[in-house]
Amino acid sequence: MIIGATSAIAEETARIFAQRGDRLFLVARNAERLALIANDLKIRGAAVTFTETMDVTRLELHRDLITKAQQQLGSIDVVLIAHGSLPDQRACEQDAELALREFNTNGLSVISLLTHLANAMEAQGRGVIAAISSVAGDRGRQSNYVYGAAKGAVSVFLQGLRNRLVRKGVHVVTVKPGFVDTPMTAQFKKGLLWAKPHVIARGIYNAIEERRNVVYLPWFWWGIMAVIKSIPESIFKKLSL
Amino acid sequence: MQLSGWGNYPVVEAEVRDVADVADIEAGLVNFHGIVYGKGRSYGDSALAGEVLRTERFDRILAFDAHTGRVRCQAGVTLAALLEIFVPRGWFLPVTPGTKFVTVGGAIASDVHGKNHHHHGCFSQYVVSLALLLPDGRIERCSPVENAELFHAVCGGMGLLGVILDAELQLKPIASAFIEEKTLKAGNLAEVMELFDQHAAATYSVAWIDCLRTGKHLGRSLLMLGEHSEDGGLSLPGKTPVTVPVNLPGLALNRFSIAAFNALYYQRVRARETVRRVHYEPFFYPLDRILHWNRMYGRKGFAQYQFVIPREAGARGMHEILRFIADSKRGSFLAVLKLLGAQNANWLSFPFEGYTLALDFKMDAGLLEFLDRLDRLVLYYGGRIYLAKDARMSEATFRRGYPRWERFVELRRRLGADRVFNSLQSQRLGI
Repeated sequence: MIIGATSAIAEETARIFAQRGDRLFLVARNAERLALIANDLKIRGAAVTFTETMDVTRLELHRDLITKAQQQLGSIDVVLIAHGSLPDQRACEQDAELALREFNTNGLSVISLLTHLANAMEAQGRGVIAAISSVAGDRGRQSNYVYGAAKGAVSVFLQGLRNRLVRKGVHVVTVKPGFVDTPMTAQFKKGLLWAKPHVIARGIYNAIEERRNVVYLPWFWWGIMAVIKSIPESIFKKLSL
Repeated sequence: MQLSGWGNYPVVEAEVRDVADVADIEAGLVNFHGIVYGKGRSYGDSALAGEVLRTERFDRILAFDAHTGRVRCQAGVTLAALLEIFVPRGWFLPVTPGTKFVTVGGAIASDVHGKNHHHHGCFSQYVVSLALLLPDGRIERCSPVENAELFHAVCGGMGLLGVILDAELQLKPIASAFIEEKTLKAGNLAEVMELFDQHAAATYSVAWIDCLRTGKHLGRSLLMLGEHSEDGGLSLPGKTPVTVPVNLPGLALNRFSIAAFNALYYQRVRARETVRRVHYEPFFYPLDRILHWNRMYGRKGFAQYQFVIPREAGARGMHEILRFIADSKRGSFLAVLKLLGAQNANWLSFPFEGYTLALDFKMDAGLLEFLDRLDRLVLYYGGRIYLAKDARMSEATFRRGYPRWERFVELRRRLGADRVFNSLQSQRLGI
């Protein structure tokens, strides 16, 4: 099951699953692009593709969505939560409602989905839940703390969920990509630290296969974030990051 | 952002817009003055402009018929992706250039060719039909029978008439992913030319030629022939590629290091004739194993130069040109020599029946002047230069090499494409 299936990272990850002949249940908002992607994945080898067009900020639909996925797939072996948006930080500073909407998209909707999924998969007694958080959730910075706060909430939620589900046979993977060259980051100047979506996708696939707990993608972000997290707050607050 | 072709020369500041579906492309074409950019594997400036639409994510397969081997896909799909998906099912590319990291759209726009050109022609000859988004917003389907004029202008048309949205391709059935490769040593140019004639029946043929040798060793080369194997299975390559992470210092490649490399390469093959079974990957894409191999030429980049001269000009013309290159002491790693087959109906396609030679030259102070002199020799022998590799030829050289240029310019005007689609190359060449 892939939620946010039209995102660049999700689409590339889906291709890897398709190539090994998996059954896929894809969720996204843009019906036309979703149909195109589902068809592509089928030709690439997916045994079957189900699609569901949906705006995942409509939390009240989540329970039925998970039930439907479980029915159509038989059981959910792996779920990847990949939807999200990159808020305009400046605009959010001036508009509390916008900030909350962004928090809803990147944080609350994920927490709601995870809650329903956790229960469904706990009942199954097996499976892997992977969700895309971000390095931005590791420490708040002035340049994007609205996004960072939502991702930070997701990271902590996943951590707790992993702890809860470990004895139930369900594994939880927290994915923390660094800078990824996708439509979401189109307006940024790209440098050496930027990675392509297919590289991140391969990392996600491997993390799921190897039952990793927390993965930084590409790996070197682990080091960068270790340094960033170690800076004392009295100094960190004065940096323009 | 900074953008360049595979030769890292020239580099331009470009506004890059990534497009993932037709709606993105249509939105991108509002007040657009630029060119479509795929994977940046053409060597020169044919995909460079102040504004580009990048099709990397416009890469879905739209349809596949397992009985006929016909696949329809969006223009940003790479040949690498097609191989990965369809080789395990017993289908191969009917024509492939020396790298698999090009897009289908780019392969059509440059009408690329490969080691089987003498039998099977160019890439576009396996395009059953394609969809073209025109400057006025119409989407036209064209093929050799439907809108044939437009089709023959678009194939080889360097993206200058509209945006290729999708294409239906005829794949080629294979029983194995392996190639029966035969390597023949040729001591000089006359020998290798004779070998090309003797082995005209081979499906694939190409020669690696040592351009630094002079005198009686001028044109010393290894001719490689290939046939699809019947055995070995349909596996994909196992080895993961290595990469050149940063530009090497400009001095890393000089005529001594290149001469040493070329000598080793030639001596590596001991017998006059060797036969082995190899996977398609090293046979067709030896350089794809080294990602970013272009960085070996350093920050200033390099110019790739590929020309063809008519078969009649043959031995004499090639001899003269090779001597000119060897005397200049401008080394080139493993230049590639091939005997091409007949010309197709496309207006600006490069190949015609004759000998083609492709070389790399490290960019330096005197290079452009040297290449201008080389152009004069090529023109003298009735030849022309490949647009997908060019970053510097003059308008006059282009016109003499491509007599159908006028028709092309006229069609561009008629469609209003000259006001929308322009690359640095099209502006330089006046098309």
